[in-house]
Amino acid sequence: MSINRRQFIKIAGISTIMGLGGTSAVDLLQRNWLEAAQYSPDPKALTAKRWAMVVDVSKLKTEDDYKNIMDACHRVHNVPELGNPKDEIKWIWKETYEHAFPGQEHEYLTEGIKHKPFLMLCNHCDNPPCVRVCPTKATFKRKDGIVMMDMHRCIGCRFCMAGCPFGARSFNWKDPRPFIKEENKEFPTRMKGVVEKCTFCYERLAKGLIPACVEASQEAAKKAGTKPGLVFGDLSDPNSEVRRILSSHFSIRRKSELGTQPSVYYIIGGNDHA
Amino acid sequence: MLETALKGSRKYWGLIFFLLAIIGVGFIFYLQQFFYGLGITGMSRDVSWGVYIGQFTFLVGVAAAAVMVVLPYYLHNYKKYGRISVLAEFLAIPSVIMCMLFIFVDMGQPLRVLNVILHPTPNSVMFFDMLVLSGYLLLNVLLGWTILGAERKGMPPPTWIKPFIYIAIAWAPSIHIVTAFLYAGLPGRHLWLSAIMAARFLASAFAAGPALIIILCLIVRKYTKFDPGREAIQALGKTITYTMILNVMFLGFEVFTAFYSTIPGHMHPFDYLYVGLDGYTKLVPMMWLSSILAISALVLLLNPNWRKNETTLAVASVAVFFSLWIDKGFGLIVGGFVPNMFERVFEYWPTIPEALITLGVWAVGFLILTILYKIATTVKEEVVYDKYGEKQIKI
Ligand code: SF4
Ligand code: SF4
Repeated sequence: MSINRRQFIKIAGISTIMGLGGTSAVDLLQRNWLEAAQYSPDPKALTAKRWAMVVDVSKLKTEDDYKNIMDACHRVHNVPELGNPKDEIKWIWKETYEHAFPGQEHEYLTEGIKHKPFLMLCNHCDNPPCVRVCPTKATFKRKDGIVMMDMHRCIGCRFCMAGCPFGARSFNWKDPRPFIKEENKEFPTRMKGVVEKCTFCYERLAKGLIPACVEASQEAAKKAGTKPGLVFGDLSDPNSEVRRILSSHFSIRRKSELGTQPSVYYIIGGNDHA
Repeated sequence: MLETALKGSRKYWGLIFFLLAIIGVGFIFYLQQFFYGLGITGMSRDVSWGVYIGQFTFLVGVAAAAVMVVLPYYLHNYKKYGRISVLAEFLAIPSVIMCMLFIFVDMGQPLRVLNVILHPTPNSVMFFDMLVLSGYLLLNVLLGWTILGAERKGMPPPTWIKPFIYIAIAWAPSIHIVTAFLYAGLPGRHLWLSAIMAARFLASAFAAGPALIIILCLIVRKYTKFDPGREAIQALGKTITYTMILNVMFLGFEVFTAFYSTIPGHMHPFDYLYVGLDGYTKLVPMMWLSSILAISALVLLLNPNWRKNETTLAVASVAVFFSLWIDKGFGLIVGGFVPNMFERVFEYWPTIPEALITLGVWAVGFLILTILYKIATTVKEEVVYDKYGEKQIKI
């Protein structure tokens, strides 16, 4: 993305008028026109037109299957364990069918589905209300469909939490650092007063790695000799694994009637894929 | 004119220092919040906005309500409002300032507040809200000050002020419509996702604001020599009668849509607010208090004899004000978050620090209001006759 001379002068000028000086002009430029992961692209980086995930709950059987996945995410992303639901911060977690898909439940559901946990995470909506409402562009959508957070720009107004119909966002009600069990030095910790959520592991994709949750699920499946419960890929590529699964299985998305176009698909059941 | 704020009775100074003390307490708790984080409030992952945003919403309405005096006066030449138009404008100023303070104390990273201007985001309603609120504040400072200054000199207001008056009249509803749009456009929040939200906001604002102006007029008459005029107060009484009827009707429309359609998502927030949901009933007593106050106020207002009696009118105004303060400053915001996005109930109740910070912000508003009203009433006492040659002070 290039910025021509005139634009540069204009922005530098505006920032100077606002008393910010040259450094801020550069700062503004970086934040507005470049995405964090893109200024020094790694040749190994995984790229896509629209990233998406398929959650096949029939492949997730035991309590440990879920725990592995959730822990993998929360560990690499320094998600604190605050120990109370009021301050809770979570990127990926479990909900039962009636809470994950409110309005879809009915009395005569099979016992299997009724008590089956579903994994919840940010849907990286194609038409994300959280991005629409954010007054500072601290929440923004990348070209590959990832809905990202700039924790340094977020003012903590929590409009995005009111706007997200999926309860995907958490706020740092207090300093989270003392509550991080084991800090991963490679991923930033957050400060109090900002919002956070799943980012589809943009930092791993940039290094050529698949998201932590998907990796955990693949490893567990390999050990058990089964298929993984989480599959990740490019929705715009007809040959991707996610597309192959979606074209051969019945899938649902959360609250699709709201038009946010979630990129996380759920498969409830049955036969093997891929 | 500012100097008039510095000369006052002991009562005046007593009030000023009382308010300063409350502000001090609020500020100390704000510092605690500043260093610890918003975790000292009752807000949570599920109910992520609480009493701060509620007060903000309510006060935008109070600020906008100045138009209910300014419009009849300037557009319909309703002379009786000549004396109190400045009072209405001077109420709008502290109201907008309180709105801004409530937004500020609600922010997780208040030092980054300028990001809203540094990264202007026209697709965010909050960005527009900031613009219209700031504009409205400037307009009211300009109008109130210029008009009062002219009155002091015994001159008609300068003609260049006219266009600003008309702009302010059109601007007032916009601040509250935009505020309603903060809520009314969010997918998945059933209580808010309703086209009548903006209309309901305006109706409740145009009831609560003038109700407060009535109360303030009565206080001013009691404690200063300035008399806002019986007819003006009576006319405001009629205004709140109609707007309160509209407000109750609009709420009724919402309830009808929810419960005749029986769509669960639409019914649940109302269930939670008025009867409790899944056994959670924290807000029920408050909401019924609000309803009882609303109905009692309407009974008093609809009977012309009671409305004409200033004591019952005062009682009705207080009832209108508190009814709407509960409904809009609390229930409407919390109800939007309960049940949460997973159809689970997680309750909210403000903590003591949160309540004291809220009180502190109100005290800032009342301090500014007291000073502005002191200036206005002193000027009016000196001028003796209003613009139309009627005595505006009690003998
Ligand atoms: S799930 Fe929520 S946070 Fe994630 S993109 Fe959609 S609206 Fe935004
Ligand atoms: S809390 Fe942060 S990310 Fe969310 S809307 Fe406000 S500024 Fe944007």
